[in-house]
Amino acid sequence: MKSGSRLEKVLIAGEFAVTSELGPPQNADPEVIKKKAQYCLGKVDGVNITDNQTAIVRTSSIAAASIAISCGIEPIVQMVCRDRNRIAMQSDILGAAALGVKNLLCLSGDHQSFGNHPQAKGVYDLDSMQLIAMVKKMRDDKRFLCDDPIKEHEPRLFIGAVANPFADPFEFRVLRLGKKIEAGADFIQTQCIFDIDKFSKWMEMVVKEGLHKKTYILAGLMPVRSHKALVYMKNNVAGMSIPDEIIKRMEAAEDPKEKGIEICIEMIEQVKNIEGVAGIHLMPIGWESITPVLLERAGLLPRPEV
Amino acid sequence: MIVADRKPFEEILDSIKDYKKIMLMGCGGCVTICFSGGSKAVELLASQIKMAKKKQGKEIEIIECTPERQCEYEFIDACKEQIESTDAILSIACGVGVQTMNERFPDSITLPGQNTKFMGYPVKHALWEERCAGCGDCVLEWTGGLCPIARCAKKLFNGPCGGSSEGICEVDKDTDCVWQLIYDRLKRLNKLDNLLAIRQPRDWRTSTNAGQRKVKFEEAML
Ligand code: SF4
Ligand code: SF4
Repeated sequence: MKSGSRLEKVLIAGEFAVTSELGPPQNADPEVIKKKAQYCLGKVDGVNITDNQTAIVRTSSIAAASIAISCGIEPIVQMVCRDRNRIAMQSDILGAAALGVKNLLCLSGDHQSFGNHPQAKGVYDLDSMQLIAMVKKMRDDKRFLCDDPIKEHEPRLFIGAVANPFADPFEFRVLRLGKKIEAGADFIQTQCIFDIDKFSKWMEMVVKEGLHKKTYILAGLMPVRSHKALVYMKNNVAGMSIPDEIIKRMEAAEDPKEKGIEICIEMIEQVKNIEGVAGIHLMPIGWESITPVLLERAGLLPRPEV
Repeated sequence: MIVADRKPFEEILDSIKDYKKIMLMGCGGCVTICFSGGSKAVELLASQIKMAKKKQGKEIEIIECTPERQCEYEFIDACKEQIESTDAILSIACGVGVQTMNERFPDSITLPGQNTKFMGYPVKHALWEERCAGCGDCVLEWTGGLCPIARCAKKLFNGPCGGSSEGICEVDKDTDCVWQLIYDRLKRLNKLDNLLAIRQPRDWRTSTNAGQRKVKFEEAML
């Protein structure tokens, strides 16, 4: 066992894992975090706490994770390379572990130009690949990046990374996943999947390379409430593939919320049947309350005892 | 070459508002080639300033001068006497030229008329693009000759990020994703293996991180 996190145990037990997401607020109110945490309590195996997502200032992911832990949630702390250099990152990794965090997801991060401080100096001292390797080095070699030893209490973290099967160059995406695994990614969460065909093709390549045996792949899914959200993402978010068919289905629906749930459940069924998929990662952005409903209807509750 | 772009005219006017006689100094090097600081640009800017001043009902005397290079004492020393007769110097060389002037003529003030942008080249007529950030430890050897520091918005060493789409960088619709270009080029050269190794964290001390950098050419030192 690398971290002893619930997520790690569920995956090792061969159970279909479920993670979800919690975005900290743009203020200092702990109640927002506690309220959102209630939607996930006992329903998922880990909750991503986003790190100033889309480069908009929010409560720090580690502080929010600590509040989530006090509510009984197991957080997956996201850490981006945009805002911190290697000194601050290692310090935060130690701090997170000291607060009881057991999962860390490493990302390069949305570029600062997308957020509410586009004037900020981006850091990018390390890239996501190097961050993954650094966390692994701290955990397994008990050394800081500079090689100084961590004499005791090294951070025991289950290391996550992301993969986007829909970005380009498509052929390189699987090789890049391989690199992330080699760097130390214990689990992978993918970009939101709407294009099941493209995702299946990618997973075929992943399985062919045997990568699904070296890491756990969680398929990213996003329940949506309106076709407008899909159209917006299609036009504005780089590296997403959204088939027109789904947009049409949402647009034609009498009850779009219900249709959104239906489509998401359909997708859960589909990804469950794809070889190499070890679980799902739900991203109900701005619609956190739907998580328990969705999982209940998808037959993913109760969560297994581990 | 060093590429520079003219500061907004209002900003330039404001910076010289207290002076009655200035020297407008161009440079015959890079900025001549990128049209912003050669002798023609000097001539044009001088008449622009005079016209604006006239409108304000004010007079200004402008001496024009464009040495071969503004970043070497040898070339700027020729202007010494004229400089002493002016209230200030407005330079439309790059930031190096401006600083060379200020160091060589400490009793006069040399003001910047340009925003110095980057090192790059004209990819087509009248369009310059950045190519090198002077990072001090060149990696072009394994990237197929394409710079991930000057050209990737996240300075990735193990790119491309998840936002690379159809060859375009997620940060700017008018900019190629350099990591897509690196991939394509290495594929063409049959060197995709270069991308399989995990590139280690960079030692940024060679870059702008450790203060002013120096280059010594030992053999030529007196
Ligand atoms: S790697 Fe460094 S030296 Fe080489 S082109 Fe890029 S910025 Fe310039
Ligand atoms: S899209 Fe390409 S160039 Fe732009 S930040 Fe990502 S890897 Fe760098």
